Amino acid sequence: MVAPHNALRKPVSSGDQAESVMRVVAEKPIAVRRSFADRFADAGFRWLITLCALSVLAIVGFFVYELIVNSQPSLKEFGWHFFVGQDWDPVSGEFGALPFIYGTLVSSFLALLIAVPLSLGVAIYVTEMAPGWVRTPISFLMELLAAIPSVIYGLWAIFVLAPILRVYVGPALAKSLGWTGFFSGPVYGIGMLAAGVILSIMIVPIIASITRDVMAAIPQTQREAVLALGATRWEMVRIAVLRNARTGIIGAIILGLGRALGETMAVTMVIGNRPDITKSLFAPAYTMASVIANEFTEATGTLYASAIVEVGLALFLVTLIVNALAQMLVWMTTRGMPSRAHGQ
Amino acid sequence: MGVGIEVRNLKAWYGNTEALHSVNMQMGANQVTALIGPSGCGKSTFVRCLNRMHETIPGTKVEGDVRIGSTDIYANGTPAVEVRRRVGMVFQKPNPFPTMSIYDNVAAGLKLNGFRNRHRLDEIVEKSLKQAALWDEVKDTLKKKSGASLSGGQQQRLCIARALAVEPEVLLMDEPASALDPISTGKIEELIDELKANYTIVIVTHNMQQAARVAGFTGFFLLGTLVEFDKTEKIFTNPSDKRTEDYITGRFG
Repeated sequence: MVAPHNALRKPVSSGDQAESVMRVVAEKPIAVRRSFADRFADAGFRWLITLCALSVLAIVGFFVYELIVNSQPSLKEFGWHFFVGQDWDPVSGEFGALPFIYGTLVSSFLALLIAVPLSLGVAIYVTEMAPGWVRTPISFLMELLAAIPSVIYGLWAIFVLAPILRVYVGPALAKSLGWTGFFSGPVYGIGMLAAGVILSIMIVPIIASITRDVMAAIPQTQREAVLALGATRWEMVRIAVLRNARTGIIGAIILGLGRALGETMAVTMVIGNRPDITKSLFAPAYTMASVIANEFTEATGTLYASAIVEVGLALFLVTLIVNALAQMLVWMTTRGMPSRAHGQ
Repeated sequence: MGVGIEVRNLKAWYGNTEALHSVNMQMGANQVTALIGPSGCGKSTFVRCLNRMHETIPGTKVEGDVRIGSTDIYANGTPAVEVRRRVGMVFQKPNPFPTMSIYDNVAAGLKLNGFRNRHRLDEIVEKSLKQAALWDEVKDTLKKKSGASLSGGQQQRLCIARALAVEPEVLLMDEPASALDPISTGKIEELIDELKANYTIVIVTHNMQQAARVAGFTGFFLLGTLVEFDKTEKIFTNPSDKRTEDYITGRFG
């Protein structure tokens, strides 16, 4: 039944009835016209949403095309050395992007190191432990954190976080973990560590709120199943919640990581902007996003400008690779296992 | 072996609503006791009080005495976790762990108890699945297939096997067959009949024929009170209370 005429919606049980229905349709051409309009609308709608979907593809394609075209001079000059070179010297025309790649990866990794346990803790507390009246305010504040502009985070990091790191956290870390080499040298407050910490604060709301939603979607019957076996609360969380939510949690972490890799403003304000690869996290560093933001306006000459664009290309590739790896991780942990209980 | 259950003056609340009003009941060891009654009569709440699952819902409260064997499960020193290890439970909807294999589903309770001996684990998993009449259907895909890949009836038997694996003394079943087709229901009923040799079973059911088929004793709940509790035969042929008679003859509920 295609025509959306009311007569056709009646249950048709015998041939007689069907015949009379057909007659009604025939007597009322309006129904036919409506169905034509509907079919047209259907086709039009189909085209419209297909175009929407294609536009995503077009935008990505356009981005990659522009990045590659505009980085040609630099690509030709340095080739693969661009990605492994450690010197970034616009004056002598020497461009190697490794310090930026290193800075982006390390600061993002630091951010995940701090943010993932914190976010999981928040999400578990909100979904499993918190009394009802605490739940809503915490969730609300958490989502509010995500809405704060990154420049505000940057300001806060300069005026509050950096001094705290310089006066308290830095010396304490140097004393207790200085032997690892990660926390040595002078503590400026501003540097890789500050960038990692501010990034972690920025991605906690993303990871925590998605994780919370995933956990809240786990059927209560799963929790009861574990409890009824004589599990403690922690065991219940581990088996019923974390295990069932793992795909979603990894997804949340990927989204957080995506934000951390691309974050520009707050990082630029506190990382110190020095293109060096240093083991100590106290030292200043530089990220890909930061160098683009800082140097694009003053990039004189085609080679310099194209080198900056190529850094953008590198950032794009790094994001792509990290996401692909994360997808593979999801695929490997859930192979053959559905991510959620059916029909519950 | 099963143990007896003795319930005295059991009251349960959801917030300020009293859902059970002073229930007294004694269930013999290795007996199957069916609990019947209309929706919302408190039979599920009652069963959930027998393994302290009721208190896992925020805002609930329990009062009264429940003895499982010689243990007063609501006594101060008795941890809820310990009670739940001795009193297994099967729920209305099959709830296997979807991210675990069939084997891991059955072994989950044992692993929680710190059981690590692989050889013994294999044995217990096999024994539990055989007890739950599922072994033949899953023995070839034990570690390959997820618990959620089975059919609804198989999932419920998997859940029974999971509950049996920790070797409880009492098995609580909260409408275990209500989500299943008649054939699966039949299998579960046969199973209950076999299991009573080793366990004390309390089953909540909406299906009165089911109660008549599987249970030696039947309790009729109405509005949070235990109206009548007697031999199943007596309840269904010659009930003492008018309300019981009205319910089993279908005049309400």
